Amino acid sequence: MNRREFLFAAAAGAAALPALSFSGTLFAMPASAPRFLLVFLRGGYDCNNLLVPRGSDFYYASRPTLAIARPDPANPNSAIALDANWGLNPVLRDSLYPLWQRKQLAFVPFAGTDDLSRSHFETQDNIESGQPTAQRSNFRSGFLARLSSALPGVPPIAFTKSLPVSFQGAGRDIPNISLKGDPKSHFDARQSAILTQMYQGTSLAAATADGLALPNTVSQDLRDEMIHASRGAASAKGFASETQRIATLMRDRYRLGFIDIGGWDTHVNQGSVSGGLANNLRNLGEGLAAYADALGDEWNNTVVVVVSEFGRTFRENGDKGTDHGHGTVHWVLGGKVNGGRIAGEQVAVNQQNLLQDRDYPVLNNYRDVLGGVFKRVWGLANGELEKVFPQAQPRDLQLV
Amino acid sequence: MHAIVIRRTCIVARPRWLLAATLALLPWAAMAQDNPALSHDDIAWLQRATFGLDSASLARYRQLGRTAYLDEQLAGRNDSLPLAIAALIQSYDVSSTPPQQLLATYRDQQQQFKNTAEGAARDAAKKTLQAYRKMLYQQDAQIELLHAIYGGNQLKEQLVWFWLNHFSVYAAKGRVRLVAADYAEHVIRPHALGKFRDLLMATLKSPAMLEFLDNAKNVKGQTNENYARELMELHALGVGSGYTQQDVQQFALILTGAGIQLRGDRQGGRFRWRRPQVIRDGLFVFNPDKHDFSDKTFLGHTIKGSGYDEIEQAVTLISRQPACAQFIARQLSEYFVADRPPPALVAAMAQTFQRTDGDIAAVLRTLFTSKELTASRGRKFKDPTQFLASAMRLAYDGMPLGNAAPLVNWLNQMGEPVFGRITPDGWPLDSASWSGSGQMAKRFDVARAIGSGRNRLFTRDDDTAGSRPAVPTLDTSLYRATIEPYLSGATRAALGKAQSSAEWNTFLLSSPDFNYR
Repeated sequence: MNRREFLFAAAAGAAALPALSFSGTLFAMPASAPRFLLVFLRGGYDCNNLLVPRGSDFYYASRPTLAIARPDPANPNSAIALDANWGLNPVLRDSLYPLWQRKQLAFVPFAGTDDLSRSHFETQDNIESGQPTAQRSNFRSGFLARLSSALPGVPPIAFTKSLPVSFQGAGRDIPNISLKGDPKSHFDARQSAILTQMYQGTSLAAATADGLALPNTVSQDLRDEMIHASRGAASAKGFASETQRIATLMRDRYRLGFIDIGGWDTHVNQGSVSGGLANNLRNLGEGLAAYADALGDEWNNTVVVVVSEFGRTFRENGDKGTDHGHGTVHWVLGGKVNGGRIAGEQVAVNQQNLLQDRDYPVLNNYRDVLGGVFKRVWGLANGELEKVFPQAQPRDLQLV
Repeated sequence: MHAIVIRRTCIVARPRWLLAATLALLPWAAMAQDNPALSHDDIAWLQRATFGLDSASLARYRQLGRTAYLDEQLAGRNDSLPLAIAALIQSYDVSSTPPQQLLATYRDQQQQFKNTAEGAARDAAKKTLQAYRKMLYQQDAQIELLHAIYGGNQLKEQLVWFWLNHFSVYAAKGRVRLVAADYAEHVIRPHALGKFRDLLMATLKSPAMLEFLDNAKNVKGQTNENYARELMELHALGVGSGYTQQDVQQFALILTGAGIQLRGDRQGGRFRWRRPQVIRDGLFVFNPDKHDFSDKTFLGHTIKGSGYDEIEQAVTLISRQPACAQFIARQLSEYFVADRPPPALVAAMAQTFQRTDGDIAAVLRTLFTSKELTASRGRKFKDPTQFLASAMRLAYDGMPLGNAAPLVNWLNQMGEPVFGRITPDGWPLDSASWSGSGQMAKRFDVARAIGSGRNRLFTRDDDTAGSRPAVPTLDTSLYRATIEPYLSGATRAALGKAQSSAEWNTFLLSSPDFNYR
């Protein structure tokens, strides 16, 4: 019995433990098994001020107060040139730009769903379901849940307060835990053991034991990690402190994760290189960089995809913000990602190419893009992918 | 707004809780003279007929016996609430203000916000508007939970929740939160035990549903099938019950022109709305100018293009489909009896539905007089709402709380918020959807929050000086009569290990014995 098993047993009251679903899957997996994390930006982030279409005069005409200046070595607030057409918001200079330079970061513009409601909840839900928009047949089935069913040896987890739609309907338990803070169990070991024993021999024995043990186990892992990692490094702030915790779990225990981040619905005074959106992007960038660092060597076995339900209006509105749009920019990160490039179908950024003279069109459906990524990461067969994204046409953008 | 008197709990922690626990182990036969003993079967039946036992429901059952008790519940006339709870609800904007006025005020507020010049004033106006929206949602959710916990007719209260969930609306969409409380009280409640067709028709005409499923946008030449499809699939017939895409499209045409009209929003003047083809009912309006008057073929019948009456005909047709009887019988029995209800029971209920032209009370009578109901006792896992309501009923036994905000928070934490289901299918009725590991842990947290008394149920949000909250007493005669005799050995052992009354309460509320009904 190793230390973790011992701790768990102590928590659950050593004798006659029920079958433990999560501890059972933990140690069978090779450390190098691929890891996937989906980051969902809820609210529809303004992709045009993340990936700046710096070659587009129309961009500068459309955003008199919000546009980010064309790359200019003399101006630290100008976009960082990525290629001839695109630039990066300079708030990501120290976090994500190094990943780009190492070719571990790619962007897929003109990405998203064909749901045109431009409603947050409908579109988020549409994406998380992963089903064809016109023929959604099951409201209780998310694409990560279906993916998880196709990957029985890949432990899934949602780093959220409640199970997101993406992970619903798996037909097996998918744990969820928020790591915004150090997870704390409300029950001590004795109480947990008593509660667990009440459910012994019932169909909920494993769920009860796992649910009570998870915060304790995670908490213990994180304490170990802090001791392990406290070689004079300042503790991270904001999202980075959360992604460091997530990295610990994704490194040691889980292989398929989900996290969501809110606060992207910037209708008013969103700013460009400072202000609300810039702060959010900086926070996110630092979080993802911290995640890469904390995974160490396992970053090479890791893929992170960042999505959002939609993009925003290409033009700024009367409130120095942007309204709900359509196409967005997906981010793909990982140690072995074929990055340093802008991937997928593209069109010139000009007025004629806007959808309904309003926002980016979607040329890279998220189902096709993610399907292609999953196929590469796990070698899924077409029949399995069809279950994850019914009727999608997985596209291999050579990202992974 | 909070013009209510906050009653502080008079319950004090029992210093002799250990003694009480010992007493609980004694046979309770000593009390039998005053209170005729109820059988396990009676208790199991009452557990399903209510959100959870309290002393009042138990006393009434003892007084009337099962048959008369069921009659009384199904008659559905007694929606009484404790005075303090009724006053609390009445103090809320969403219940004291007519929806017309709420919508008009809200529209004005939004306009005002839009007209405010940029700067601090505008930011403040935005904050005010957001706070107002948040408050409206809190009120909507609190009202429903207060009814569930304190309502005098518990079977009806369960049906109100069931239909609110069956005809689910999502408060965060558009203006739904402004009309959600009205939806519960004036659309669902009056029909909860009535005819299914009337209920369906009432939801069809409700501003909440028209807003949520977009039929307000379904107009001639630009049909929106959303509501037509969901009504057939989720509200009345069930997917795969035989209707076709053609039926959905025809039904969408039938529904064109049914929408919402705020008074004062009129276009074209007063006269326009007095034409005979226009139907108005509260905020509902049928606008013939937006209706497709072609003849339709729907579910194998021809419906002549005639305006509003097409809708009435179609709804009648739908509610008389055998599939509708099957579908509603299946859903009700899944809620009350089992994840996979016995086919014979579903068939019997469907038969009653058809025989009585969709009389919900009659269908429930079939359900509540069936042997299948009590035969399945202790095997249906409570959903979070049932868990919360039953825990509150056991812990406080009718004593009015002063602050319902914790209830809403707890239910959010457990993942089943009132008016919080994004998709139109409502919260799942099966056990598996609520018994994942994270969900079990959350449920135990809520059990602890209630059982320990460490919560703000009796403290107003702006009250910071509050004294230390008291631990509720769960080890009562109610407990000894209805729960204690039937406890499993494992739960008994757990209770025996409790080191305080708070812990004892937490274990009891967390136990399988309490979480199944």
